[in-house]
Amino acid sequence: MKFAVLVFPGSNCDHDLEWALKHVLKQKVEMVWHQQDALPTGVDCVMLPGGFSYGDYLRCGAIARFSPVMKAVSAFAKKGGMVWGVCNGFQILTEAGLLPGALIRNASLSFACKDVHLKVERNDSLFTSGLKGKDVLRIPIAHGEGNYTCDAATLTQLKQGRRILFRYCDPNGIVGPDSNPNGSLESIAGILSENGRVLGMMPHPERACEEALGNTDGRMLFESCLNALSRA
Amino acid sequence: MYLAKIHVTLKPSVLDPQGVAVSNALKNMGYSGVDSLRLGKYMELRLEGQKKDRARVEADVETMCKKLLANVVIERYEFSLELLP
Repeated sequence: MKFAVLVFPGSNCDHDLEWALKHVLKQKVEMVWHQQDALPTGVDCVMLPGGFSYGDYLRCGAIARFSPVMKAVSAFAKKGGMVWGVCNGFQILTEAGLLPGALIRNASLSFACKDVHLKVERNDSLFTSGLKGKDVLRIPIAHGEGNYTCDAATLTQLKQGRRILFRYCDPNGIVGPDSNPNGSLESIAGILSENGRVLGMMPHPERACEEALGNTDGRMLFESCLNALSRA
Repeated sequence: MYLAKIHVTLKPSVLDPQGVAVSNALKNMGYSGVDSLRLGKYMELRLEGQKKDRARVEADVETMCKKLLANVVIERYEFSLELLP
């Protein structure tokens, strides 16, 4: 499987993603500078990394979304391509209109940097099909603007389309205000596009891919994709 | 030359945690009459154009607000346009 990792000025999780994909998962990875107006040929999945693209000026992701490469990413997504945004990548995808809603300042006003638990709301998605019954993951977060919000009509669409993929929860999988690290609407941590092939999530699975880091829950999400695409 | 003065604010339905924190600070200072406070952004934009170009300049600023300066999912914007001498 071939991944493209986009690099914006201010991206800082691009190399973590590259490491996880290339060295841990043994996949092909191409780093794509944001000024390029085309994606490399043969790409199966485009990843938008975490960081602070354009210094979060104006709004997180607002300026990156107009980078030349994003036109190609939109076209790729519209053709059914797989696109995965993590943290700032999620913010860019909402700004670009590839995912609905927006991510605003954490309700606490504090930058949240810690491990959280995620309730996996469905295990038949491209990203979660390999979890083998595991429905609670432990994945780190690191963000100041991860408070997901959308209007009531959008929330209904997300629910009816089974597009809420991850919710913040406690270690037992119970979703509630005490385990919501940023005030997100309905504890939303990650959502899918209508066709289920674009994922945006605030937590960082690439930081949880190796035993040496004490956590491999994130790797299961990447392995799900590999398995799903090799079957297709 | 035109001067556009643009205000971008969060929609009333969107929680503004910064605004809540600042209004609480005002209350703690003793301003018990403070009801609420919403934080927003103010931008000044200078654009080329003469008197006859007003409609085009106004349409441009409108599009700039919609596409970049505000995120209409969570924000509202309003602006005024002034022809500079």
